[in-house]
Amino acid sequence: MIAELGLALLWMAAALACLSLVAGALFLRGGPKDLASLVRPASVAQGVLTAAAFGLLIALFVRSDMSVELVARNSHSLKPMLFKVAGAWGNHEGSMLLWLTILGLSGALVALFERRLREDTLVATLAAQAALSLGFFAFLLFSSNPFNRLPIAPPDGQGLNPLLQDPGLAFHPPTLYIGYVGLSVAFSFAVGALVTREIGPAFARAMRPWVLGSWIFLTLGITAGSYWAYYELGWGGWWFWDPVENVSLVPWLAGAALLHSVAVTATRNALRAWTVMLAVIGFSMSMVGTFIVRSGLLTSVHSFAVDPERGTFLLVLMAIYIGGALALFALRAGTVAEGKKFALLSREGSLVINNLLLTTILALVLLGTLYPIVAEAMGEKISVGPPYYNKVAGPLALILCLVMVAGPLLAWRRDDGKRLWSRLPPAVLAGALVLFGLVLFGGSVRILPLLGMTVAAVVAVASLAPLWGRNLRRTPLPTWGMVIAHFGVAVALAGMAAESAFIKERLVAAAPGETVKVDDFAVTFVGVRPIAGPNYTAIEGRLVATTGSGASFTLRPEARTFPGLMGGPPTETNEAALLTRPGGQLYAVLGQPVTSPDGTAERYQLRLWWKPLVWWIWLGGALIAIGAALSMLGRAQLLAMWRTHRSKKAQERFAP
Amino acid sequence: MRNRWILFVPLAIMALLFGAFVYRLVTPAETLIQSQWINKPMPLFDLPPATAGVEGLKSSQLADGRPRLVNVFASWCIPCRAEAAQLEALKRAGVPIDGIAIRDRPEDVAAFLNEFGNPFDRIGSDQQSSVQIALGSSGVPETFLIDGKGIIREQIQGVILAGDVPRIIAKLEAMK
Repeated sequence: MIAELGLALLWMAAALACLSLVAGALFLRGGPKDLASLVRPASVAQGVLTAAAFGLLIALFVRSDMSVELVARNSHSLKPMLFKVAGAWGNHEGSMLLWLTILGLSGALVALFERRLREDTLVATLAAQAALSLGFFAFLLFSSNPFNRLPIAPPDGQGLNPLLQDPGLAFHPPTLYIGYVGLSVAFSFAVGALVTREIGPAFARAMRPWVLGSWIFLTLGITAGSYWAYYELGWGGWWFWDPVENVSLVPWLAGAALLHSVAVTATRNALRAWTVMLAVIGFSMSMVGTFIVRSGLLTSVHSFAVDPERGTFLLVLMAIYIGGALALFALRAGTVAEGKKFALLSREGSLVINNLLLTTILALVLLGTLYPIVAEAMGEKISVGPPYYNKVAGPLALILCLVMVAGPLLAWRRDDGKRLWSRLPPAVLAGALVLFGLVLFGGSVRILPLLGMTVAAVVAVASLAPLWGRNLRRTPLPTWGMVIAHFGVAVALAGMAAESAFIKERLVAAAPGETVKVDDFAVTFVGVRPIAGPNYTAIEGRLVATTGSGASFTLRPEARTFPGLMGGPPTETNEAALLTRPGGQLYAVLGQPVTSPDGTAERYQLRLWWKPLVWWIWLGGALIAIGAALSMLGRAQLLAMWRTHRSKKAQERFAP
Repeated sequence: MRNRWILFVPLAIMALLFGAFVYRLVTPAETLIQSQWINKPMPLFDLPPATAGVEGLKSSQLADGRPRLVNVFASWCIPCRAEAAQLEALKRAGVPIDGIAIRDRPEDVAAFLNEFGNPFDRIGSDQQSSVQIALGSSGVPETFLIDGKGIIREQIQGVILAGDVPRIIAKLEAMK
């Protein structure tokens, strides 16, 4: 019954989305006012029903109801509970339902809490959101029904891809999805504002928390995904410029540009058409990303559920949404009055440069990702790899960081160069110290990592400048947010640069008792033992790493074997062992056993890396997310309301 | 705003992008990569004998007018053992076969030929895999179909299966 109820809820939610869209459209064309009052409750109900359907799908996975095709194909009754739940979105149909749930809940939140916009703009926004939902409902109900029953229930399921059986992966997709789909609200706000021509500070302020919120989740999702790839794949890298990584980076870049341009629109009522454009691009890129993953358009480690029919369906949906929004933009943006003027040397000016650089990087990453398709259409086969991205995106990102040094120190509208210079010496000094230190003692460091570490030092010091001479307790939260996020960029940049400059790698075949030197560590291979996990067996290696100062630590890398379920072949994964030290991480992978010709002493392949400051990359990512969260908290008016409430109370207390 | 056409630029870019997507959906990506060596002459090499009693192999010997196979193998390669029966069958059908032994020792090659038979007219010893690398061959076994002028017409990666034998004979026959 659960599956049938879930399907019924989905149909009802789809009908409500249809109602929102039709009522909203009729109202905007001059229909009766009553129609507008339908839209808010319909949006809320649609969100709640979709979320309930998703809850039912999770329930089916928890109960291991193998009569449901999706459960049978992606779950197994012996799987740990966390992965049973995560299995609900670890596949195509379930993740599309998650997508729709977030789409619906975002619409519901807008309908419940947005009070700053004009009524007609809000109705247009909710109608646009409903139109988005409707297309994905059609996709789900007509081509990928998650609640499909099997005529005969199999005795047990086929299991989840072992690579995905990792706690991090349980949270990575929902986090990214909240980020992707949260941008849909910015998209809908942009469409709504274009329809009613209400593009100004009110629109920007309404959109801003959504942009910040989704960008936080995108940042967390990408950071977590990078860390997962780092320790689970056992290759020791943290970013591979894989097409799917790229298509998650592109909306993140668009979001970063958008949250800076929306600040200009909200504060200074400038850059209006540009902000609208970015809002459209942000969610468009989320959809393009999903499309690329789902259609198997590009070959990637993420290409699950490859299906040309689904690809066509998504492509048509995207053409309608993106094409429609861009056509609306082309027709309406010309009638948007030009915003306020500003000098180049001003906060606005620096944010414009920031936006231009971010969108250039975005375009270059997108070009690199899609160029193989275009080249093949011209009859040539090529692949675009890390050298391209590092060369084109690296220098631009460094310039972007330098703009970030100046931007927060500039005043709105107009500023003079002298005032800016007067605040820079500490940062320049820090950069010079790092540069000289590296050139004198760093050995031969390549130019990009060298500049990276120098710029990181400059940014780290300069990012704190907005706090100098300020009463820290009275500094507004958004300023704190900006400072922490920019500092996080410096931390991540330092990690990336130091890791690529000073990484040490050893690949050895070691016999038990043998000791290997990696950087300052003496790593002794003690031996291996077999262990059994809940649904796998593994060989666990024991390594004792001793630092130069004599402290010793045990590392236990594993080589896991998951039995093939339902006659499939067994799968092997590597669990790297990590030793985190203040100066970096020691990364150990246990490889294949090596038997000597006489078959006596058994050795094992060991891969050992010393990665200096590598964990700063993810620390930086977390700091960026925390900064954005503080900024959002400051903007969300909750705190402002609480503060006025408190000051009112205080006034009452002192009133005669 | 004066330059209204500029507002249509994003729409145009999107149309181009979607054109590429449609193209890719209509013509799915080829996952098989064609050998770069097809229709090119064999690289120049002169390999010493891999074991006593069997001649070594020179690239000039390959252009003697008779289409033939060049089999890249090794005594330490397990799939090569499985392939031996198919090579034997091709030999019986009158196909000339030359071998290139990769990183091998003379006594091991001799033992291999002893155990699994010797379908080869000549066997060159490629101690450093240099010919293998020049041929763009990624492993053992691999087999190259060569016409009478020493031009490579096909590269077979992996083991020749029993089902492939008639096709190979027919293809070499057609090259005569």
